Amino acid sequence: MLEDKRALISKLKKDLLVWQGVPQRSIDDSIMDLGTLEEAFPNGVFPRGVIHEFISFNRVDSAVSCGFIGGLLGKLMQNHGICIWISSIQTLFPASIKSFGVVPESIVFVSMKRERDVLWAMEEALKCHGITAVLAEIHQLDFVQSKRLQLAVEKSRVTGIILQHNPKMLLATSCAARWKVTSLPSQSEDELPGIGYPCWNVELLKVRNGIPGKWQITWSPEGFKVASEKETKVKDWTPSYQNLG
Amino acid sequence: MKKRFASLWFRHLKTDWMTVCKPHLQEVPFVLALAVHGKLIVNASNLLAEQAGIHVGMAIADARAFIPSLKIINEQAGLAEKILHFIAHWCIRYTPQVSLDKPDGIILDISGCAHLWGGEAAYLEYIVSTFKQHGYDVCMGIADTIGAAWAMARFGSEKTIIKEQAQSEELLSLSPAALRLEQFQLNRLQALGLKTIGSFAHMPRSVLRRRFGDSLLLRLDQAMGFEDEFIISIKPILPYEERLPCLEPISTANGIELALEELLINLCRRLSGEGKGLREAELSCHRIDGKIERITIETNRATAQVNHLFQLFAIKIPQIEPALGIELFSLGVSKVEDAESVQENLWDNRIGLKNPAVTELLDRLKSRDSSCEILRYVPAAHYWPERSLKIADTMDEVAIVDWQTARPRPTRLLKIPERIIVTAPIPDYPPILFIYKRITHYVKKADGPERIEREWWIDQGEHRDYYAVEDQQGQRFWLYRAGHYDGRTDQWFIHGFFA
Repeated sequence: MLEDKRALISKLKKDLLVWQGVPQRSIDDSIMDLGTLEEAFPNGVFPRGVIHEFISFNRVDSAVSCGFIGGLLGKLMQNHGICIWISSIQTLFPASIKSFGVVPESIVFVSMKRERDVLWAMEEALKCHGITAVLAEIHQLDFVQSKRLQLAVEKSRVTGIILQHNPKMLLATSCAARWKVTSLPSQSEDELPGIGYPCWNVELLKVRNGIPGKWQITWSPEGFKVASEKETKVKDWTPSYQNLG
Repeated sequence: MKKRFASLWFRHLKTDWMTVCKPHLQEVPFVLALAVHGKLIVNASNLLAEQAGIHVGMAIADARAFIPSLKIINEQAGLAEKILHFIAHWCIRYTPQVSLDKPDGIILDISGCAHLWGGEAAYLEYIVSTFKQHGYDVCMGIADTIGAAWAMARFGSEKTIIKEQAQSEELLSLSPAALRLEQFQLNRLQALGLKTIGSFAHMPRSVLRRRFGDSLLLRLDQAMGFEDEFIISIKPILPYEERLPCLEPISTANGIELALEELLINLCRRLSGEGKGLREAELSCHRIDGKIERITIETNRATAQVNHLFQLFAIKIPQIEPALGIELFSLGVSKVEDAESVQENLWDNRIGLKNPAVTELLDRLKSRDSSCEILRYVPAAHYWPERSLKIADTMDEVAIVDWQTARPRPTRLLKIPERIIVTAPIPDYPPILFIYKRITHYVKKADGPERIEREWWIDQGEHRDYYAVEDQQGQRFWLYRAGHYDGRTDQWFIHGFFA
């Protein structure tokens, strides 16, 4: 009886996901290579054609986020896609992204003067077919803006990435996932000298229809390596930002 | 085709302009004064002052003796040229080739233009009366040569047209000054009693050359049409240009859109017929009050797609201020490139920069905000980090050299390296700690040094020894020491942040 109920509930949940437009797991989707992290997403598939939101509170974290995003873009852009990188002030140093598997020539950098224009440009770019991913670096994103971006993305299935630097407040948004990537001391094998491969603490603060969590991920030329099993579910992350709003 | 020229002479250019600017001067005799050798001299006078006997070159003190209430205005430098430029640009509506004729005239190349106004007489009448309406006193002459038109404007009646090939007879009765001669030549002709052109035009050329120099013969030949003379147009004619004159002045956005569409259709038909596409274009709207409103667009890839170009312009149409109305639209292409022929695909699923939708998107972004920059980077053959990449010129440019991946590069590079305070006790080793923005970072792990020499043929300075370091929290930085280690602490800099 109980078993039946569980099976019924899980079937209903799956149906709900289908109705909400979450893609089914298929073979060619598993190329993200994120290991156990992908289990956090609905159906265990890294969602494309949605908006991902990254937050960083200092310059090093933003550099780290760029590296992690570089790794993701490398997987997304495997079939000669292009990425549009929109920002108003700081931007990526293109020569660095090659080591994350992205061809720097395939990124078009757009610099706008005002943040409003950055969001406008992102919305326009998200509507455009033929682009694999659009990334925008901004300081603040509110619900209305994120909703607009989400509507734009639903038609074209372009993947959008928002990089929020030092947001004054973390507002509720309609983004599919909210990430926070920070650096971790790297693990050097056999006491080898040097700084080794970058190691990150990747937190999924929010996932739509998924389970938030925390992972330790190392980037090596072979790709992402999730260091340990999912440690603990982030139980309540809000208090740490409470003073921020 | 036979050339025809018109010369316009503004008898009171500067004072007319002053009167247009300040209508209350209309009833007042006034002069423009200029200080020459510490003495104020009359440099221009209006009609009322002239009627009282004041002429250019007279001392202001003398002029005051004629009219005690004379208004004297100090002249700004370069005024005449500024006015002439403005008028010349305005005259582009009558002919595409306009040139300045300093100090007080304009030359128009009207070959093939006059019939649009219903013949030369009507054309001349229209231009003179339009200038009169605007408050300018103008004389105009039309002839086969620049010299003859110039002469007729200044020495003929107010409106003179010399028929084709008739300039040699018409000019003979005029004073030699009509030939644009130098003052010493005029003085000598006067002294010899040669008071008309006819009195010396048929003299043997060698005689004239010996007494007056080559320039007199040249001017004579130019006026008679034996020698070619060219004008330098103030606005070079673009190879791809479309013009649309309007019967009624246009002052609505709708009207402008219709005009723009018509121009674009004509232009794009021509461009695509020749296998070209435009990269930069400008729409000029000539308003009836003489101002010209301009909007420009740029594209990232040569294109001749009417819809796309129309969209780019459409974003900027609200910037046009039609005021009383626009009487002429002209669409000029300032940059043309070969365009690859567009094949109509049923399913356009090309990904990346080959997809026209992407380049059209980039054009749209650019036209929204003129300060918007769209950049692609390709590697350059330099080790120096700032020069290791360059901005690609076109969307198709491919890398000639490979990206350097032997050593990691930071994802964020500071535009200007920032100074840090370090403790670095051992030469050629990374520092054990450094202070950046008042935070102390203890270096736990480090790679380096990676020495990058400055390219002495580009700039001077010290080499850099780069270290990639990781602090206690795992944050990674790119530091360098400028020059050799000598125990100083002011030679350390932070240049970037690693992922």
